[in-house]
Amino acid sequence: MEAFEYASPKTVQEAARLLGSTWGGTEILAGGTDLISAMKDRVITPKRVVSLKNIKGLDRIEYNSRSGLRIGALATIRQLLDDRTAQQQYPGLVQAADGIRGEQMRHMGTVGGELLQRPRDWYFRNGYGLLAQHEGKSLIPDGQNVYAAILGNEGPAYFVNPSSLAPILIALNAKVTLHGPSGQREVELSKFYRAPQSEDEREYVIRPDEILTEITVPPAAGAKTATYEIREKEGLDWPLVAAAVALQMDGNSVKSARVVLGHVAPVPWPSPEAEQELQGKSLSEDVADAAGKAAVSNAKPLSQNGYKVQLARVAVKRALMRAVKGEA
Amino acid sequence: MATCKYDWPSEGQRGLIGESIDRIDGPVKSSGRAKYTYDTNPPGRLIAKILQCPHAHAKIKSLDISAAQKLPGVKAVLVVKDAGSEIQWAGDEIAVVAAVNEEIAEDAVRQIKVEYEPLPHFVVDEDLQKAQAAGRTKEGGESKQGDPDKAFQDPDAVVSEGLYGLPVITHCCLESHGSVAQWTDAKTLKTWTSTQNVTGGPGQFGQGLRLKNVQVDDNNIETICEYIGGGFGSKFSPDSWGIEAAQLAKMAGAPVRLMLDRDAELKMAGARPSAYARVRVAAKKDGTLTAWDSESWGTGGVGPAGHPPLPYVLEFPNSHWKHTEVLTNIGGARAWRAPNHPQACLITMAAIDDLAAKLEMDPIELLLKNVNLAPPVLRKAYTDELHVAAQLADWKKNWHPRGDKTPGHIKRGMGVSLHTWGGRGHNSECNVIIRPDGSVTVRLGSQDLGTGTRTVIGITAAQTLGIPLDAVKVEIGDSKYPPSGASGGSTTVGGVSNSVRRGAVDARDELFAAVAPSLGVQPADLEARDGKIQSKSDPSKSLTWKQACAKLGVKTIQTTGKNPGPCHLGDSGVGGVQIADVSVDTETGQVKINRMIAVQDCGLIIDMKTAESQVYGAMIMGVCYSLFEQKVMDETLGIMLNPNMEFYKLATIGDFGEFVVHMMTGPGYDERGVIGLGEPPVISPGAAISNAVANAIGVRVPTLPLTPDKVLAALEKGAMA
Repeated sequence: MEAFEYASPKTVQEAARLLGSTWGGTEILAGGTDLISAMKDRVITPKRVVSLKNIKGLDRIEYNSRSGLRIGALATIRQLLDDRTAQQQYPGLVQAADGIRGEQMRHMGTVGGELLQRPRDWYFRNGYGLLAQHEGKSLIPDGQNVYAAILGNEGPAYFVNPSSLAPILIALNAKVTLHGPSGQREVELSKFYRAPQSEDEREYVIRPDEILTEITVPPAAGAKTATYEIREKEGLDWPLVAAAVALQMDGNSVKSARVVLGHVAPVPWPSPEAEQELQGKSLSEDVADAAGKAAVSNAKPLSQNGYKVQLARVAVKRALMRAVKGEA
Repeated sequence: MATCKYDWPSEGQRGLIGESIDRIDGPVKSSGRAKYTYDTNPPGRLIAKILQCPHAHAKIKSLDISAAQKLPGVKAVLVVKDAGSEIQWAGDEIAVVAAVNEEIAEDAVRQIKVEYEPLPHFVVDEDLQKAQAAGRTKEGGESKQGDPDKAFQDPDAVVSEGLYGLPVITHCCLESHGSVAQWTDAKTLKTWTSTQNVTGGPGQFGQGLRLKNVQVDDNNIETICEYIGGGFGSKFSPDSWGIEAAQLAKMAGAPVRLMLDRDAELKMAGARPSAYARVRVAAKKDGTLTAWDSESWGTGGVGPAGHPPLPYVLEFPNSHWKHTEVLTNIGGARAWRAPNHPQACLITMAAIDDLAAKLEMDPIELLLKNVNLAPPVLRKAYTDELHVAAQLADWKKNWHPRGDKTPGHIKRGMGVSLHTWGGRGHNSECNVIIRPDGSVTVRLGSQDLGTGTRTVIGITAAQTLGIPLDAVKVEIGDSKYPPSGASGGSTTVGGVSNSVRRGAVDARDELFAAVAPSLGVQPADLEARDGKIQSKSDPSKSLTWKQACAKLGVKTIQTTGKNPGPCHLGDSGVGGVQIADVSVDTETGQVKINRMIAVQDCGLIIDMKTAESQVYGAMIMGVCYSLFEQKVMDETLGIMLNPNMEFYKLATIGDFGEFVVHMMTGPGYDERGVIGLGEPPVISPGAAISNAVANAIGVRVPTLPLTPDKVLAALEKGAMA
């Protein structure tokens, strides 16, 4: 790891002032489960690390039936898993958190950090950059792309967004609060991620001197929610694909649906095609399967990851069936 | 049968031997008090770090260590590969640095300036034609027996053809390779090394150092390894980095610890060679196997890796095999638990399983029918083991012909495999020491790889001397102790239990001779049991162990036990059968292990618990390599993409399912004496699991690991066929 300056401010404002206005020089430390290992591997080499641990009040999870769920950025994954309201109102969110299997990760890792963790792409993690460029072109299309994107993969980015929580939070219309030196702003999580076009860009719209402090989730309003992940291993593994759904029902039929795929594209991937397929229909295995099929209708697999198209389709189907059965 | 004085006690007289006994070093290990190489920190010890080559194949044009040398805190910089050297794989050592702490050592490594001339590399092994076209192959042997061509052309022959294979995997020792080196004076080197070869350490260090012009006598080198976090065949020598630690310690005048980082461990410290084969296998309609033909290939890096012994276990009347070595720029191969056997086993047992499916035969029936093709000494064992395994797996009820026809996307399947190994005890010498106060020490230059060696030594001595296990002090892990072989090839348990048995019998007999006069009996009339030395003819004539030892006065008994030696205490050649019961999600390609059954013989078992643990551990490794493990290489860069435990995937507790272990004991097994067990149970899991998946989904997934992409691809191909 490179030597760095460690700052431990007591307020968000102070923290924001300690951050640089361009990427690379400063990083924010929350749980550290991703940042520290990335620094050890010199994938990220900040000159200054700004810890949020001494800022009080960033780790609360609160619920209000009118405004919904507010999750402090420093709330841990374990806190979210244990939160009664989240369990009752947003089972799909707790299911997503449950996919984060390492107990150590759950205790150290934070919800804010989970949303901001860097891609796991092995070219990136081996020092070849977010876009895995070598001699002017990406290594991924002809390389080891078994885990790479099948949607939104026109390039130059081929990695997949690593967040387990983002798909369901997007399906629930969550927003994030960002604090910068000149105040705060709210951004819909669905507009928070982007596919970078150059190595200078990051995979989200947060500015280098902004801090994600809170996630707000509107009231579930009776929505049926679920997340379904497909992993190789039972424990401590990244999903090959995941699907998150939130359904507003009108009796037995779907009034409106949000379907968001994870680990299939450089960003969490909402599927209007699947949502449209579900609209007004009574949910059956066949309807769920048709929605899954619609969700991957535009998929363009690379040389090794065609199987992920099938997995995404199945994940959507199973998430829908899980939601409609009301599984906890 | 005439008895021989060192013979193992007969059934009913064995006491501790064969019982299920906790390992004696369990408490120090589980409480963290056991000191591993990594925990060894002599005062003033420096940390060494390695500069690794980033290229798969390159020539070093120039190398400048001056900036690294100048960094405050750096105590020594050693160039391993000079300018002009050719590097054959990414990760190879270029230079090493010793500094006062890890951070400075790492910084210094980054200050070394190396100019490389990259050369063309080749890292793919699965495609033989590609390797041939690239000129990266070498003949690896060929053999023919009988007339396979004629046998395949027999109109009555049922022939099955298939492609089977396993990729390169690494050893992934949880304690990485490395050592701590300390020169206690200018001529004397002490090394704590994570090694499978404590006794061999001084010779290996001495030779390695003298090659580097460091003059030292083997005599003045001590190698210590009390505890080791896994070796699996990859830790037989101190390795270049062990020698470098000693060189750096000499240069710096301070102890140096050099342990590989995880990425270096996975890139540099060993790999199991891959093996792929196109196989044809034939049988008569009744299942009698008639012919084998295989064209196999695999890589062990830039050097040769041997070939899988094909066909495995079963000697076909007509057979032909040809092997080709694929030469790649990846880290060199090392022995991986049962070298070349898991590869041969998968290729053979999968091919036979496919043939059984074509014959519409139960594969267990087919194996039983052909058991006469196995070596004569194992035929009965295999027959017994196939029956026991089938019973434990409830095979008759649970097995079905290929392809689970039950509705739904979860398909269940059963697969079987069998394997063999040698396991004769290695050369071993020990001292058994009985002191007048009754304390007993057994001392030998062996090592406990985590297998229970310490415990087996203790049990053997305690049983022979008739005293409790905790009354025996076992001292191993130091090259100053009597020489005992390296732990490889499942040779340790036979070596150490036999030498300790002989040494303990002699020590016991000396004690008998010393106390016999005071009891007024002949020494031959004495026995040692239940903590007493007593007359066999008149048990009222007895002394407690302590009373007996007190009769030694000021004399200490010290004997030397050796293996090999008189009396039949051990043997070679074991069999084993494993059955896997799996469920496959045909929509996602996920394979779930429901149950693994392992039935294994290994002669006389000293400690049932540590023997069973060996089998459990082997099945854990087996599930790992069957479902997940793979060294992923990028063709363009020539580097390993997953040198970490995030994407070099190992199974965790939720992936294993239930393990059932059954050890074959009793008549037919016990009288063979002690035979090794380390390798055999790790051989079959790949084949058993692959066969179970084929049985579940109706098609063969040709290569391990059985990941969702491959399972779905096989299903798709099967649906099109």
